[in-house]
Amino acid sequence: MSHHKIEARGLKYAYPDGHEAVKDISFVIHHGEAVGVIGANGAGKSTLLMLLMGVLFPDGGDVLVGDVLVTKKTLSMIRKSLGMVFQDPNDQLFMTTVYDDVAFGPRNYKVDEAEVDRRVKEALELVGIAHLSDRAPFKLSGGEKRAASIATVLSMQPDLLILDEPTAALDPKSRRRIMKLLKGFSHTKIITSHDLDMVYELCDRIIVLKNGVVVADGKTSEILTDAALLDACGLELPLAMQGCPVCGGNQETRHK
Amino acid sequence: MVKALNNIRLLDDLARGETYLHRTHPLVKLLTTFVFLVSIISFDRYEISSLLPFLFYPLYIILFADLPFGPILKRMLMVAPFVLSIGILNPIFDRNGWLTFFSIVLKSLLTVSAGILLIATTGMERLSGGLRILKVPKIFVLQLLLTYRYISVLIEEVGRMQRAYALRAPGQKGIQKSAWGPFAGQLILRTFERAQRIYESMNLRGFDGEYHAGKTSKIMPGDIAYLVGWSAFFLFLRAYNVPNLIGNLLMGVIQ
Repeated sequence: MSHHKIEARGLKYAYPDGHEAVKDISFVIHHGEAVGVIGANGAGKSTLLMLLMGVLFPDGGDVLVGDVLVTKKTLSMIRKSLGMVFQDPNDQLFMTTVYDDVAFGPRNYKVDEAEVDRRVKEALELVGIAHLSDRAPFKLSGGEKRAASIATVLSMQPDLLILDEPTAALDPKSRRRIMKLLKGFSHTKIITSHDLDMVYELCDRIIVLKNGVVVADGKTSEILTDAALLDACGLELPLAMQGCPVCGGNQETRHK
Repeated sequence: MVKALNNIRLLDDLARGETYLHRTHPLVKLLTTFVFLVSIISFDRYEISSLLPFLFYPLYIILFADLPFGPILKRMLMVAPFVLSIGILNPIFDRNGWLTFFSIVLKSLLTVSAGILLIATTGMERLSGGLRILKVPKIFVLQLLLTYRYISVLIEEVGRMQRAYALRAPGQKGIQKSAWGPFAGQLILRTFERAQRIYESMNLRGFDGEYHAGKTSKIMPGDIAYLVGWSAFFLFLRAYNVPNLIGNLLMGVIQ
Protein backbone atom coordinates (compact mmCIF):
# COMPACT_ATOMS: atom_id res chain seq x y z
CA MET A 1 0.00 0.00 0.00
CA SER A 2 1.36 3.37 -0.88
CA HIS A 3 0.94 6.42 1.31
CA HIS A 4 2.55 8.64 -1.21
CA LYS A 5 -0.29 11.07 -1.42
CA ILE A 6 -3.14 12.46 0.59
CA GLU A 7 -6.25 13.60 -1.11
CA ALA A 8 -9.33 15.57 -0.05
CA ARG A 9 -12.39 15.34 -2.29
CA GLY A 10 -15.14 17.88 -1.76
CA LEU A 11 -14.96 17.86 2.02
CA LYS A 12 -17.87 19.28 3.96
CA TYR A 13 -18.25 19.48 7.70
CA ALA A 14 -20.67 21.23 10.01
CA TYR A 15 -20.34 21.19 13.80
CA PRO A 16 -23.29 19.95 15.85
CA ASP A 17 -24.23 23.57 16.63
CA GLY A 18 -24.80 24.10 12.90
CA HIS A 19 -21.62 26.06 12.23
CA GLU A 20 -20.36 25.07 8.79
CA ALA A 21 -16.61 25.07 9.29
CA VAL A 22 -15.64 23.32 6.06
CA LYS A 23 -17.80 23.87 3.00
CA ASP A 24 -15.91 22.56 0.02
CA ILE A 25 -12.27 21.59 0.17
CA SER A 26 -10.42 19.51 -2.42
CA PHE A 27 -6.73 19.02 -3.03
CA VAL A 28 -4.10 16.37 -3.66
CA ILE A 29 -0.80 16.48 -1.85
CA HIS A 30 1.97 14.31 -3.28
CA HIS A 31 4.90 12.58 -1.71
CA GLY A 32 7.62 14.88 -0.40
CA GLU A 33 5.64 18.08 -0.74
CA ALA A 34 5.65 20.65 2.04
CA VAL A 35 2.32 22.42 2.04
CA GLY A 36 1.29 25.37 4.13
CA VAL A 37 -2.40 25.72 4.91
CA ILE A 38 -3.13 29.31 5.83
CA GLY A 39 -6.21 31.37 6.56
CA ALA A 40 -7.67 33.74 9.11
CA ASN A 41 -9.07 32.52 12.43
CA GLY A 42 -12.14 30.43 11.78
CA ALA A 43 -11.21 29.75 8.16
CA GLY A 44 -11.48 26.01 8.82
CA LYS A 45 -7.81 25.06 9.19
CA SER A 46 -8.10 23.08 12.42
CA THR A 47 -11.29 21.37 11.28
CA LEU A 48 -9.55 20.39 8.05
CA LEU A 49 -6.70 18.80 10.00
CA MET A 50 -9.17 16.90 12.16
CA LEU A 51 -10.87 15.63 9.03
CA LEU A 52 -7.57 14.53 7.49
CA MET A 53 -6.66 12.64 10.64
CA GLY A 54 -10.03 10.99 10.93
CA VAL A 55 -10.79 12.59 14.30
CA LEU A 56 -13.87 14.01 12.63
CA PHE A 57 -15.63 12.39 9.71
CA PRO A 58 -16.83 14.62 6.87
CA ASP A 59 -20.55 15.16 6.28
CA GLY A 60 -19.77 15.01 2.59
CA GLY A 61 -16.73 14.14 0.49
CA ASP A 62 -13.82 11.79 1.16
CA VAL A 63 -10.31 11.77 2.50
CA LEU A 64 -7.89 9.34 0.86
CA VAL A 65 -4.49 8.47 2.22
CA GLY A 66 -2.54 6.67 -0.45
CA ASP A 67 -5.41 4.94 -2.16
CA VAL A 68 -7.22 4.10 1.04
CA LEU A 69 -10.40 5.83 2.07
CA VAL A 70 -10.37 7.12 5.65
CA THR A 71 -13.16 5.28 7.45
CA LYS A 72 -13.55 3.89 10.94
CA LYS A 73 -12.22 0.55 9.72
CA THR A 74 -9.07 1.83 8.06
CA LEU A 75 -8.36 4.38 10.76
CA SER A 76 -5.83 2.44 12.78
CA MET A 77 -3.85 1.53 9.69
CA ILE A 78 -3.93 5.03 8.30
CA ARG A 79 -2.92 6.74 11.49
CA LYS A 80 0.25 4.73 11.52
CA SER A 81 1.44 6.67 8.52
CA LEU A 82 0.13 10.08 9.59
CA GLY A 83 1.73 11.90 12.46
CA MET A 84 -0.01 14.92 13.89
CA VAL A 85 1.65 17.45 16.16
CA PHE A 86 -0.90 19.37 18.20
CA GLN A 87 -0.84 23.09 18.72
CA ASP A 88 -0.57 22.74 22.49
CA PRO A 89 2.21 20.31 23.45
CA ASN A 90 0.49 19.83 26.80
CA ASP A 91 -2.25 17.92 25.04
CA GLN A 92 0.25 15.59 23.53
CA LEU A 93 2.47 14.91 26.51
CA PHE A 94 0.41 13.03 29.05
CA MET A 95 2.84 10.50 30.46
CA THR A 96 5.19 10.90 33.42
CA THR A 97 8.41 10.96 31.43
CA VAL A 98 9.40 12.18 28.00
CA TYR A 99 10.62 8.68 27.22
CA ASP A 100 7.27 7.04 27.99
CA ASP A 101 5.47 9.69 25.99
CA VAL A 102 7.60 9.09 22.92
CA ALA A 103 7.23 5.33 23.43
CA PHE A 104 3.45 5.53 23.72
CA GLY A 105 2.72 5.34 19.98
CA PRO A 106 5.04 2.47 19.05
CA ARG A 107 3.92 0.49 22.09
CA ASN A 108 0.32 0.84 20.99
CA TYR A 109 1.29 -0.71 17.70
CA LYS A 110 2.81 -3.64 19.57
CA VAL A 111 6.32 -2.90 18.41
CA ASP A 112 8.65 -5.03 20.49
CA GLU A 113 10.38 -3.29 23.35
CA ALA A 114 13.91 -3.35 21.95
CA GLU A 115 12.70 -1.66 18.78
CA VAL A 116 10.63 0.81 20.84
CA ASP A 117 13.77 1.73 22.73
CA ARG A 118 15.70 2.21 19.52
CA ARG A 119 12.98 4.37 17.99
CA VAL A 120 12.54 6.51 21.07
CA LYS A 121 16.26 7.20 21.29
CA GLU A 122 16.44 7.95 17.60
CA ALA A 123 13.46 10.34 17.73
CA LEU A 124 14.81 12.16 20.77
CA GLU A 125 18.24 12.38 19.16
CA LEU A 126 16.72 13.79 16.01
CA VAL A 127 14.92 16.62 17.78
CA GLY A 128 17.92 17.21 20.00
CA ILE A 129 16.52 16.44 23.43
CA ALA A 130 18.05 13.03 24.15
CA HIS A 131 19.30 14.39 27.49
CA LEU A 132 15.71 15.09 28.62
CA SER A 133 14.57 11.51 28.17
CA ASP A 134 13.81 10.87 31.85
CA ARG A 135 12.42 14.30 32.68
CA ALA A 136 8.76 14.93 33.42
CA PRO A 137 7.18 16.75 30.46
CA PHE A 138 5.62 19.44 32.63
CA LYS A 139 9.06 20.57 33.72
CA LEU A 140 10.28 21.31 30.19
CA SER A 141 10.46 24.74 28.58
CA GLY A 142 8.12 25.66 25.71
CA GLY A 143 10.68 24.87 23.02
CA GLU A 144 11.63 21.58 24.64
CA LYS A 145 7.98 20.61 24.96
CA ARG A 146 7.46 21.32 21.29
CA ALA A 147 10.48 19.23 20.38
CA ALA A 148 9.22 16.43 22.62
CA SER A 149 5.79 16.45 21.03
CA ILE A 150 7.37 16.24 17.58
CA ALA A 151 9.41 13.29 18.84
CA THR A 152 6.26 11.51 20.04
CA VAL A 153 5.10 11.50 16.44
CA LEU A 154 8.46 10.72 14.82
CA SER A 155 8.81 7.55 16.88
CA MET A 156 5.84 6.17 14.96
CA GLN A 157 7.81 6.64 11.75
CA PRO A 158 5.04 8.36 9.81
CA ASP A 159 5.24 9.11 6.10
CA LEU A 160 3.37 12.33 6.53
CA LEU A 161 3.63 14.99 9.22
CA ILE A 162 0.73 17.26 10.03
CA LEU A 163 1.71 20.20 12.18
CA ASP A 164 -0.75 22.62 13.75
CA GLU A 165 0.97 25.95 14.47
CA PRO A 166 4.39 24.42 15.15
CA THR A 167 5.98 27.76 16.00
CA ALA A 168 3.19 29.19 18.16
CA ALA A 169 4.27 30.53 21.54
CA LEU A 170 7.97 29.96 20.96
CA ASP A 171 10.74 32.47 21.54
CA PRO A 172 12.68 33.48 18.39
CA LYS A 173 15.60 31.13 18.98
CA SER A 174 13.37 28.14 19.74
CA ARG A 175 11.26 29.00 16.72
CA ARG A 176 14.35 29.02 14.55
CA ARG A 177 15.47 25.69 15.98
CA ILE A 178 12.12 24.04 15.30
CA MET A 179 12.05 25.46 11.78
CA LYS A 180 15.52 24.13 11.08
CA LEU A 181 14.44 20.77 12.41
CA LEU A 182 11.32 20.67 10.24
CA LYS A 183 13.26 21.78 7.21
CA GLY A 184 15.55 18.81 7.68
CA PHE A 185 12.71 16.27 7.50
CA SER A 186 12.11 14.59 4.19
CA HIS A 187 8.53 13.67 5.16
CA THR A 188 5.55 15.02 3.34
CA LYS A 189 4.47 17.95 5.50
CA ILE A 190 1.23 19.80 6.03
CA ILE A 191 1.69 22.87 8.19
CA THR A 192 -1.00 25.24 9.35
CA SER A 193 0.11 28.54 10.78
CA HIS A 194 -0.31 32.26 11.04
CA ASP A 195 3.44 32.56 11.05
CA LEU A 196 3.68 33.29 7.34
CA ASP A 197 7.43 33.85 7.41
CA MET A 198 7.87 30.33 8.70
CA VAL A 199 5.50 28.98 6.07
CA TYR A 200 7.39 30.96 3.44
CA GLU A 201 10.66 29.32 4.41
CA LEU A 202 9.40 25.77 4.91
CA CYS A 203 6.72 25.21 2.30
CA ASP A 204 6.86 25.10 -1.44
CA ARG A 205 3.11 25.11 -1.87
CA ILE A 206 0.35 27.07 -0.16
CA ILE A 207 -3.35 26.40 0.22
CA VAL A 208 -5.35 29.44 1.31
CA LEU A 209 -8.64 28.85 3.10
CA LYS A 210 -11.41 31.33 3.63
CA ASN A 211 -14.73 30.51 5.27
CA GLY A 212 -14.27 26.81 4.72
CA VAL A 213 -13.40 27.03 1.04
CA VAL A 214 -10.09 26.83 -0.83
CA VAL A 215 -9.58 30.24 -2.43
CA ALA A 216 -6.07 29.70 -3.71
CA ASP A 217 -3.71 26.77 -4.15
CA GLY A 218 -0.32 27.25 -5.71
CA LYS A 219 3.37 27.97 -5.41
CA THR A 220 4.52 29.74 -2.29
CA SER A 221 6.42 32.31 -4.30
CA GLU A 222 3.25 33.30 -6.12
CA ILE A 223 0.72 33.24 -3.29
CA LEU A 224 2.70 34.78 -0.48
CA THR A 225 3.63 37.72 -2.69
CA ASP A 226 0.03 38.41 -3.69
CA ALA A 227 -0.86 41.19 -1.28
CA ALA A 228 -4.41 41.62 -2.60
CA LEU A 229 -5.26 37.94 -2.20
CA LEU A 230 -3.79 37.72 1.29
CA ASP A 231 -5.55 40.88 2.36
CA ALA A 232 -8.90 39.56 1.15
CA CYS A 233 -8.37 36.45 3.28
CA GLY A 234 -7.62 38.27 6.49
CA LEU A 235 -3.88 37.82 6.13
CA GLU A 236 -0.99 40.00 5.11
CA LEU A 237 2.35 39.68 3.37
CA PRO A 238 5.05 37.85 5.31
CA LEU A 239 7.26 40.34 7.12
CA ALA A 240 10.16 39.37 4.89
CA MET A 241 8.12 40.58 1.91
CA GLN A 242 7.11 43.87 3.44
CA GLY A 243 8.97 47.13 3.23
CA CYS A 244 11.71 47.79 5.70
CA PRO A 245 10.33 49.83 8.63
CA VAL A 246 13.49 51.98 8.62
CA CYS A 247 14.09 52.84 4.98
CA GLY A 248 10.89 51.61 3.34
CA GLY A 249 12.76 49.47 0.83
CA ASN A 250 11.95 45.83 0.19
CA GLN A 251 14.20 42.91 0.92
CA GLU A 252 16.47 43.51 -2.04
CA THR A 253 16.93 47.24 -1.70
CA ARG A 254 16.91 47.40 2.07
CA HIS A 255 19.27 50.01 3.58
CA LYS A 256 21.04 50.57 0.30
CA MET B 1 -2.20 25.70 43.61
CA VAL B 2 0.95 25.13 41.65
CA LYS B 3 2.45 23.95 44.90
CA ALA B 4 -0.30 21.37 45.24
CA LEU B 5 0.53 20.25 41.73
CA ASN B 6 4.16 19.70 42.58
CA ASN B 7 3.02 17.85 45.66
CA ILE B 8 1.05 15.39 43.60
CA ARG B 9 3.87 14.90 41.19
CA LEU B 10 6.37 14.36 43.93
CA LEU B 11 5.26 10.75 44.19
CA ASP B 12 6.00 10.32 40.49
CA ASP B 13 9.46 11.75 40.98
CA LEU B 14 10.12 9.54 43.96
CA ALA B 15 8.98 6.49 42.01
CA ARG B 16 11.89 7.02 39.66
CA GLY B 17 14.38 6.10 42.38
CA GLU B 18 16.96 3.41 41.85
CA THR B 19 16.93 1.39 45.05
CA TYR B 20 16.27 -2.34 45.12
CA LEU B 21 12.81 -1.57 46.49
CA HIS B 22 12.06 0.42 43.35
CA ARG B 23 13.29 -2.42 41.19
CA THR B 24 11.22 -5.04 42.96
CA HIS B 25 8.48 -6.29 40.67
CA PRO B 26 5.33 -4.10 40.88
CA LEU B 27 3.07 -7.12 41.20
CA VAL B 28 5.05 -8.37 44.17
CA LYS B 29 4.86 -4.99 45.89
CA LEU B 30 1.16 -4.81 45.17
CA LEU B 31 0.53 -8.22 46.72
CA THR B 32 2.75 -7.48 49.70
CA THR B 33 0.82 -4.30 50.33
CA PHE B 34 -2.40 -6.24 50.02
CA VAL B 35 -1.34 -8.81 52.62
CA PHE B 36 -0.23 -5.97 54.85
CA LEU B 37 -3.58 -4.20 54.54
CA VAL B 38 -5.62 -7.34 55.16
CA SER B 39 -3.55 -8.18 58.24
CA ILE B 40 -4.14 -4.70 59.66
CA ILE B 41 -7.82 -4.48 58.84
CA SER B 42 -8.56 -7.90 60.29
CA PHE B 43 -7.54 -6.80 63.77
CA ASP B 44 -10.13 -6.33 66.46
CA ARG B 45 -11.23 -2.74 67.05
CA TYR B 46 -9.75 -2.64 70.55
CA GLU B 47 -6.34 -3.75 69.39
CA ILE B 48 -3.39 -1.41 69.75
CA SER B 49 -0.31 -3.19 71.01
CA SER B 50 -0.37 -5.86 68.29
CA LEU B 51 -0.51 -3.14 65.66
CA LEU B 52 2.62 -1.37 66.80
CA PRO B 53 5.18 -3.79 65.30
CA PHE B 54 3.58 -3.27 61.88
CA LEU B 55 5.11 0.21 61.87
CA PHE B 56 8.35 -1.55 61.08
CA TYR B 57 7.21 -2.08 57.46
CA PRO B 58 6.60 1.56 56.43
CA LEU B 59 9.70 2.67 58.31
CA TYR B 60 11.78 0.04 56.56
CA ILE B 61 10.55 1.15 53.15
CA ILE B 62 11.07 4.85 53.78
CA LEU B 63 14.57 4.11 54.98
CA PHE B 64 15.67 1.68 52.30
CA ALA B 65 13.92 3.34 49.37
CA ASP B 66 15.61 6.65 50.18
CA LEU B 67 12.31 8.46 50.58
CA PRO B 68 12.07 11.81 52.35
CA PHE B 69 10.29 11.54 55.69
CA GLY B 70 8.64 14.96 55.78
CA PRO B 71 6.67 14.99 52.51
CA ILE B 72 5.46 11.42 53.05
CA LEU B 73 4.27 12.29 56.53
CA LYS B 74 2.53 15.39 55.20
CA ARG B 75 0.61 13.28 52.72
CA MET B 76 -0.43 10.92 55.46
CA LEU B 77 -1.75 13.85 57.48
CA MET B 78 -4.02 14.80 54.59
CA VAL B 79 -6.42 12.05 55.60
CA ALA B 80 -6.16 12.93 59.29
CA PRO B 81 -9.32 15.11 59.33
CA PHE B 82 -11.41 12.23 57.97
CA VAL B 83 -9.97 9.74 60.42
CA LEU B 84 -10.49 12.09 63.32
CA SER B 85 -14.07 12.82 62.38
CA ILE B 86 -14.79 9.10 62.20
CA GLY B 87 -13.12 8.28 65.48
CA ILE B 88 -13.78 11.37 67.57
CA LEU B 89 -17.17 10.31 68.90
CA ASN B 90 -15.96 6.91 70.05
CA PRO B 91 -14.66 8.08 73.44
CA ILE B 92 -18.12 9.53 74.18
CA PHE B 93 -20.33 6.63 73.17
CA ASP B 94 -18.14 3.66 73.93
CA ARG B 95 -16.86 2.58 77.32
CA ASN B 96 -13.47 1.74 75.81
CA GLY B 97 -13.78 4.62 73.39
CA TRP B 98 -10.25 5.91 73.65
CA LEU B 99 -8.95 2.47 72.84
CA THR B 100 -10.99 2.22 69.64
CA PHE B 101 -10.10 5.77 68.77
CA PHE B 102 -6.38 5.13 68.94
CA SER B 103 -6.83 1.83 67.19
CA ILE B 104 -8.54 3.63 64.30
CA VAL B 105 -5.82 6.27 64.14
CA LEU B 106 -3.08 3.68 64.17
CA LYS B 107 -4.78 1.54 61.54
CA SER B 108 -5.31 4.48 59.25
CA LEU B 109 -1.72 5.58 59.74
CA LEU B 110 -0.50 2.14 58.71
CA THR B 111 -2.83 1.56 55.78
CA VAL B 112 -2.47 5.04 54.31
CA SER B 113 1.29 4.95 54.59
CA ALA B 114 1.37 1.55 52.91
CA GLY B 115 -0.63 2.92 49.99
CA ILE B 116 1.48 6.03 49.61
CA LEU B 117 4.70 4.07 49.85
CA LEU B 118 3.52 1.62 47.22
CA ILE B 119 3.00 4.46 44.77
CA ALA B 120 6.17 6.26 45.82
CA THR B 121 8.30 3.20 45.11
CA THR B 122 6.43 1.90 42.08
CA GLY B 123 4.78 4.76 40.21
CA MET B 124 1.29 4.74 38.80
CA GLU B 125 2.25 3.32 35.42
CA ARG B 126 4.09 0.27 36.65
CA LEU B 127 1.44 -0.24 39.28
CA SER B 128 -1.24 -0.42 36.61
CA GLY B 129 0.97 -2.88 34.77
CA GLY B 130 0.87 -4.99 37.94
CA LEU B 131 -2.90 -4.71 38.13
CA ARG B 132 -3.18 -5.86 34.53
CA ILE B 133 -1.09 -8.94 35.31
CA LEU B 134 -3.60 -9.67 38.09
CA LYS B 135 -6.28 -9.59 35.37
CA VAL B 136 -8.02 -6.56 36.81
CA PRO B 137 -10.29 -5.45 33.92
CA LYS B 138 -8.55 -2.91 31.73
CA ILE B 139 -11.40 -0.46 32.05
CA PHE B 140 -10.73 -0.09 35.79
CA VAL B 141 -7.01 0.14 35.35
CA LEU B 142 -7.41 2.75 32.67
CA GLN B 143 -9.87 4.65 34.81
CA LEU B 144 -7.37 4.72 37.61
CA LEU B 145 -4.54 5.80 35.37
CA LEU B 146 -6.44 8.54 33.60
CA THR B 147 -7.98 9.84 36.79
CA TYR B 148 -4.51 10.12 38.19
CA ARG B 149 -3.37 12.04 35.10
CA TYR B 150 -6.53 14.09 35.04
CA ILE B 151 -6.02 15.44 38.54
CA SER B 152 -2.95 17.37 37.54
CA VAL B 153 -4.63 18.72 34.41
CA LEU B 154 -7.52 19.91 36.54
CA ILE B 155 -5.27 21.56 39.08
CA GLU B 156 -3.32 23.38 36.38
CA GLU B 157 -6.58 24.66 34.97
CA VAL B 158 -7.79 25.80 38.38
CA GLY B 159 -4.47 27.50 39.02
CA ARG B 160 -4.73 29.52 35.81
CA MET B 161 -8.33 30.54 36.45
CA GLN B 162 -7.60 31.48 40.01
CA ARG B 163 -4.72 33.67 38.92
CA ALA B 164 -6.86 35.35 36.28
CA TYR B 165 -9.54 35.95 38.90
CA ALA B 166 -7.17 37.26 41.54
CA LEU B 167 -5.53 39.70 39.13
CA ARG B 168 -8.86 41.34 38.39
CA ALA B 169 -10.14 41.18 41.95
CA PRO B 170 -7.51 42.89 44.07
CA GLY B 171 -8.04 42.87 47.80
CA GLN B 172 -10.35 39.85 47.74
CA LYS B 173 -9.58 36.80 49.72
CA GLY B 174 -10.36 33.65 47.79
CA ILE B 175 -13.18 33.61 45.31
CA GLN B 176 -16.46 35.38 45.98
CA LYS B 177 -19.49 33.22 46.52
CA SER B 178 -21.31 34.77 43.57
CA ALA B 179 -18.55 33.56 41.24
CA TRP B 180 -18.53 29.98 42.47
CA GLY B 181 -21.14 28.77 40.00
CA PRO B 182 -19.59 30.15 36.81
CA PHE B 183 -16.16 29.20 38.11
CA ALA B 184 -17.06 25.55 38.61
CA GLY B 185 -19.01 25.37 35.34
CA GLN B 186 -16.22 26.97 33.39
CA LEU B 187 -13.77 24.60 34.97
CA ILE B 188 -15.79 21.55 34.02
CA LEU B 189 -16.16 22.69 30.44
CA ARG B 190 -12.47 23.48 30.13
CA THR B 191 -11.51 20.17 31.61
CA PHE B 192 -13.84 18.32 29.27
CA GLU B 193 -12.27 20.06 26.31
CA ARG B 194 -8.79 19.35 27.50
CA ALA B 195 -9.63 15.72 28.17
CA GLN B 196 -11.12 15.46 24.70
CA ARG B 197 -7.94 16.80 23.09
CA ILE B 198 -5.75 14.49 25.14
CA TYR B 199 -7.92 11.56 24.17
CA GLU B 200 -7.66 12.54 20.52
CA SER B 201 -3.91 12.77 20.71
CA MET B 202 -3.83 9.33 22.31
CA ASN B 203 -6.07 7.95 19.59
CA LEU B 204 -3.92 9.42 16.86
CA ARG B 205 -1.03 7.47 18.23
CA GLY B 206 -2.84 4.19 17.97
CA PHE B 207 -4.45 4.04 21.41
CA ASP B 208 -7.11 1.33 21.40
CA GLY B 209 -8.16 1.19 25.02
CA GLU B 210 -5.31 -1.04 26.08
CA TYR B 211 -2.50 0.54 28.03
CA HIS B 212 0.96 -0.81 27.26
CA ALA B 213 3.33 -0.22 30.09
CA GLY B 214 6.37 -1.28 28.08
CA LYS B 215 9.00 -3.29 29.84
CA THR B 216 7.27 -5.50 32.34
CA SER B 217 10.18 -7.15 34.00
CA LYS B 218 10.02 -10.83 34.85
CA ILE B 219 9.44 -11.91 38.42
CA MET B 220 12.80 -12.94 39.83
CA PRO B 221 13.46 -15.35 42.72
CA GLY B 222 14.38 -12.31 44.80
CA ASP B 223 10.91 -10.87 44.18
CA ILE B 224 9.26 -14.04 45.40
CA ALA B 225 11.48 -14.07 48.47
CA TYR B 226 10.40 -10.48 49.11
CA LEU B 227 6.73 -11.38 48.94
CA VAL B 228 7.02 -14.56 50.99
CA GLY B 229 9.28 -12.94 53.56
CA TRP B 230 7.05 -9.96 54.24
CA SER B 231 3.84 -12.01 54.13
CA ALA B 232 5.24 -14.47 56.66
CA PHE B 233 6.31 -11.53 58.81
CA PHE B 234 2.85 -9.94 58.66
CA LEU B 235 1.06 -13.21 59.38
CA PHE B 236 3.35 -13.80 62.32
CA LEU B 237 2.57 -10.33 63.67
CA ARG B 238 -1.10 -11.04 63.08
CA ALA B 239 -1.02 -14.36 64.93
CA TYR B 240 1.14 -13.34 67.89
CA ASN B 241 1.06 -10.20 69.94
CA VAL B 242 4.76 -9.48 69.67
CA PRO B 243 5.01 -6.64 72.20
CA ASN B 244 3.28 -8.98 74.69
CA LEU B 245 5.65 -11.81 73.88
CA ILE B 246 8.66 -9.59 74.34
CA GLY B 247 7.20 -8.25 77.55
CA ASN B 248 6.62 -11.74 78.90
CA LEU B 249 10.06 -12.79 77.84
CA LEU B 250 11.63 -9.85 79.63
CA MET B 251 9.54 -10.46 82.70
CA GLY B 252 10.62 -14.11 82.61
CA VAL B 253 14.26 -13.12 82.42
CA ILE B 254 13.88 -10.66 85.26
CA GLN B 255 12.11 -13.19 87.46
